Amino acid sequence: MEDRIRQFCTDLQRAFTSRLQALDIGRGEITLTVSAQDLTGVMSQLHDTSGFGFEQLVDLSGIDYLEFGVGEWNTESATSSGFSRGAQKASFGRFTFEDIPPARALEEPRFAVVYHLLSVSGNQRLRIKAFCEDNTLPMLPSMCDIWSSANWYEREAFDLYGIIFEGHPDLRRLLTDYGFTGYPFRKDFPLVGHVEVRYDPQQKRVIYQPVSIEPRISVPKVIRDDYRFESAEQEEDDA
Amino acid sequence: MPELRNYTMNFGPQHPAAHGVLRLVLEMEGEVVRHADPHIGLLHRATEKLAESKPYNHSIGYMDRLDYVSMMCNEHAYVLAIEKLAEIQAPVRAQYIRVMFDEITRILNHLLWLGAHALDIGAMTVFLYAFREREDLMDCYEAVSGTRMHATYYRPGGVHRDLPDEMPKYVESRWHNKKEVENLNRARTGSLLDFIEDFTHRFPSCVDEYETLLTENRIWKQRTVDIGIVSPERALQLGFTGPMLRGSGIEWDLRRKQPYEVYRHLDFQIPVGVNGDCYDRYLVRIEEMRQSNVIIRQCVDWLRTHPGPVMTDNHKIAPPEREQMKMGMEELIHHFKLFTEGYCLPQGEVYCAIEHPKGELGIYLVSDGANKPYRLKIRAPGFAHLAALDEMSRGHMLADVVAIIGSQDIVFGEIDR
Repeated sequence: MEDRIRQFCTDLQRAFTSRLQALDIGRGEITLTVSAQDLTGVMSQLHDTSGFGFEQLVDLSGIDYLEFGVGEWNTESATSSGFSRGAQKASFGRFTFEDIPPARALEEPRFAVVYHLLSVSGNQRLRIKAFCEDNTLPMLPSMCDIWSSANWYEREAFDLYGIIFEGHPDLRRLLTDYGFTGYPFRKDFPLVGHVEVRYDPQQKRVIYQPVSIEPRISVPKVIRDDYRFESAEQEEDDA
Repeated sequence: MPELRNYTMNFGPQHPAAHGVLRLVLEMEGEVVRHADPHIGLLHRATEKLAESKPYNHSIGYMDRLDYVSMMCNEHAYVLAIEKLAEIQAPVRAQYIRVMFDEITRILNHLLWLGAHALDIGAMTVFLYAFREREDLMDCYEAVSGTRMHATYYRPGGVHRDLPDEMPKYVESRWHNKKEVENLNRARTGSLLDFIEDFTHRFPSCVDEYETLLTENRIWKQRTVDIGIVSPERALQLGFTGPMLRGSGIEWDLRRKQPYEVYRHLDFQIPVGVNGDCYDRYLVRIEEMRQSNVIIRQCVDWLRTHPGPVMTDNHKIAPPEREQMKMGMEELIHHFKLFTEGYCLPQGEVYCAIEHPKGELGIYLVSDGANKPYRLKIRAPGFAHLAALDEMSRGHMLADVVAIIGSQDIVFGEIDR
């Protein structure tokens, strides 16, 4: 199994050489990182070349890297006012509507699209990751001409993340409501949303209004400072 | 002579044949469909976004509610993804239990599909028959987890608890007299495994009953044969998986090709269709029920002779036993940490796919090292299948759209997520 993966990786490297920005192997899964310009070329080669033969685009998912690795936990000790207060108030999209924290000046690209390919003939999976170059207007080429299944997946990624797929035949919203504004899966979109919907007996119709509930979290996001694992590793080292 | 014009027709979202909340905008030419535009998202609950704000274990319950007719299979994919990222493994007995319940779930799913599909096309009786067997399997769910549907039974590191030694029984009431109750409880005198084994003996003849009603039925064949044909090449292009792909003649089953858990030790066949029409997909699913039955029986035999733990003893992931927690400081700390913060997974990303009754259910999990997922993407099989509805129904009559939707086996809990 290990040999097979290594062999496949050398094949990939030989075929794409400089077009691969990165090739990672983790837990038996291969991830290629490809730039937006090279994406169409690499993908059609993966689809058409008999040595690869990735007949299926199994999954396509957008990712927003805005708060990757950012912690909310800001206290060294518990406070008298309760556990959840230990979390910073203004973390992205979770607490408030008005005082949204100033977005980190992201040096790196913020949006990425992850493609999961499957070769039925070769029984092989492959993950391709492509970052969008522009953070304000994320854009990538559409894969609809290579795999028909890309159609709805790209519509979904457009709907939820606002990633535009150039060359898509019918890029409409898919999952959200008719007339929805904003991109709900972005990290700076609050979990409870901006508007709620209710029936108004006076106007005798369904209306939208700003959300009336208090946004809150019960369990803060704790980053990496998990001493349990550290002590366990130390014990193993000592023994 | 009047001018002929295409017209658009609205189908759903409240329509019994739409299998939930599907809104279809059909462009018709007479009674022939020229274009179908499914509008989905009416059941969108942003499961993936909700999971980003919760510790890993809190989202297992959401998984049940994705495809709400094959609950434990959804949990399985999620739990496996966590285990893969944490690099832990469940004890073998837990793996067998999971596989057994996966197959029970497959039968549950196919029974509901069969009943609803037949009902859509006009055969009422199958629905009643299918629900008779579903009742028994629901009781297995209840015996093991306490609920009939949304079990939350699989956990990272194993399953919540071992199989119970006795089955819940019916009691006498105004509606059931003593004789009826005795009859109902006949298979319930022993343990859960006895009950399941008894079911596997009964079930093949039940499948025969469904087949008697449908397989050679003239109306059934007229409604399904040569309807919604998908060639193998198109099936791959469109991202089909599971029975939809096998119905088109491609032998692809993750249980065999990329085996997870203990499937590599089990003996079963993979049915494959020939023509790729609705009738072939029906035959494939019927045979899958028989094969699931075979797998369940093998699991029962193994489980009878191999007692052991059903949960990992790694208390960084799974809580310690309650008794130990009351006695030991270390266990108490583990318990407290797990139930307040959960556990952190190492930074990284995994894609974990299982053979769900409807196709390939994949969980793409990205962790930034926190105690919550950074991104959770659920790859729902029905999503790709429904996306192909336009292509499959083009040129067919309006009534055939119902047959095609039925044969896709779609459930909106997983498509809309």
